[in-house]
Amino acid sequence: MSTTEETPSPSEQPPARSDRNHWYWLLLVPIVVPLLPMLYNGSDPTLWGIPRFYWLQLLFVVLSVGVTLVVYRQTRGR
Amino acid sequence: MDVKVTELVIFTVLFVFVSVLGFVASRWRRPDSMEHLDEWGLGGRNFGGWITWFLLGGDLYTAYTFVAVPALMFGAGALGFYALPYTVVLYPIVLLPLVRLWSVSHVNGFVTPADFVRARFGSSTLALLVAITGILATMPYIALQLVGIEAVLKAMGVEGKWPITIAFLILAIYTYNSGLRAPALIAFVKDSLIYLTVIVAIIVIPAKLGGWDAIFSAAGAKFSAPAAQAAGSGVLLNANNQLNYVTLALGSALALFLYPHSLTGVLAARSRDTVKRNMAALPAYSFVLGLLALLGLMAIAAKIVPVGADPAAGVAGDRNTVVPLLFDWAFPDWFTGVAHAAVGIGALVPAAVMSIAAANLFTRNIWTEYVHRDAGPVEEARVSKIVSLVVKFVAVVLVLGLDTQYSIDLQLIGGVVILQTLPAVALGVFTRWFHKWALVAGWAAGMAFGFWMLWTVPNPATKHAHFGGSAFKLSELGFDTKWTIYAGFLAVGLNLLVAVAGTWILRAAHVADGEDTTKPADYTAEAGDPGVREIPELVGDGKSST
Repeated sequence: MSTTEETPSPSEQPPARSDRNHWYWLLLVPIVVPLLPMLYNGSDPTLWGIPRFYWLQLLFVVLSVGVTLVVYRQTRGR
Repeated sequence: MDVKVTELVIFTVLFVFVSVLGFVASRWRRPDSMEHLDEWGLGGRNFGGWITWFLLGGDLYTAYTFVAVPALMFGAGALGFYALPYTVVLYPIVLLPLVRLWSVSHVNGFVTPADFVRARFGSSTLALLVAITGILATMPYIALQLVGIEAVLKAMGVEGKWPITIAFLILAIYTYNSGLRAPALIAFVKDSLIYLTVIVAIIVIPAKLGGWDAIFSAAGAKFSAPAAQAAGSGVLLNANNQLNYVTLALGSALALFLYPHSLTGVLAARSRDTVKRNMAALPAYSFVLGLLALLGLMAIAAKIVPVGADPAAGVAGDRNTVVPLLFDWAFPDWFTGVAHAAVGIGALVPAAVMSIAAANLFTRNIWTEYVHRDAGPVEEARVSKIVSLVVKFVAVVLVLGLDTQYSIDLQLIGGVVILQTLPAVALGVFTRWFHKWALVAGWAAGMAFGFWMLWTVPNPATKHAHFGGSAFKLSELGFDTKWTIYAGFLAVGLNLLVAVAGTWILRAAHVADGEDTTKPADYTAEAGDPGVREIPELVGDGKSST
């Protein structure tokens, strides 16, 4: 790749974006919560006969999708 | 075992259908010429949201996952469920690193993670290490896709190695012909079949077994046997394997997008926004994975006996056949054929993407770097196509020549190995603070420590004394505890320590560091930005682009 034409004129400058956005901190929730076994390593309450260990961790998928969607919407185009 | 004709016919018809699709794929969204690495190896870098979703999903959730995770649940219970938190924490973790990597790769024309490392740290040595690590970690992963196909064939009563060899030959030829377009197109069929199978299975099987209560009490009864208790099995985790569960989930999540094939799917996306949106949409697959994992417990309740097992003599048999056999038990023959095809075709998509990724690594970071510096995109595409054949050939030899159990151990090593590229690739996306030689030293330390830990783990099932699992006993380090931890997690920890300490020392000693040729703005660039040039223009000047 040539490096000679690396300074585009001001009009060609890409829009100033930053990956610094406080919304990204929200992503820590679905990262930390599924890694806390004391929350889900038990049988009660059961749901349709499924121990908490299994149904609660499946529910974390919904948590992860929800949070990631919120972060996506809030940081879109920036 | 008798050959199940109806199942085999349905399986073969679907298999042939996707093979034809694989060949037709070269005409799909057809470029002027396929003779360019961006076309063959990245599908033209123009996949939108839906295609990226199917391709990435089809690529990350492999047949091996669908077969081995339930097999682990069948054998060990709760511990096998780690695959769920693993894929739940995965996307929030990789969202930012991946969009930044997409941007910098788009601006600079990177095709592989090693391309990025070379530019970021100005070190061809470090790039070579990343490339070799990627190829080594991917090879057994491809081999394991074969194990997935082998499992369904075994369950249908087809023994021997020839059927798998033929299946892989077909795969090799259409990947050669169509590049990344083939798995991208086949992924639609694969995922439709998988979703269909899982939805039917999750409704039909519990109903046949008398509800979830019956399933979990059957599993509880099996795991309450003294031998199972001693091995740490159970419907819930015990006190000693919780740390292993959590570190295995986190470590696997950190490793997944370091595998070159995951990045191939990401770089093929049209825009930064496509990648970001997919991080929110992909967990739909995690839900399916969780439900599939529960099939392992259903197999216990259905009293499935794995192929080759002899419970009286204490022989475990091939647990990978548990899910295919459960389908056979629960479904009419024709639908069992469909379900088996879902697993079989599920092996083809990842295997194709993996071989393409490994080939790209070889071409860009070994061939163009060390053998033929003036290789243009046309030559790169040609070399990659040939290497993709070689890679698959080696994978076939691995499976044919080695015990299946042994190739699973190789995959386990693969995960620990690929994690050692984390400081250079994943952290490099955010900072270039690390000194290039400190990263090399960290890589070496992590590798050595990782291999030593894996070496200490015996495999009780096969009576091998070494490389029997990834759960490292903390007592081996002198701690007075029965806790186990994921070996890769500790290895990458040491890697980071060495990289940090090494950077301080090398900076203090004023050892020359490499030059970073990327710019801060590269990391946030979006397709269509003024000033961001189109990729074909970048690499189309007949020269290597790095």
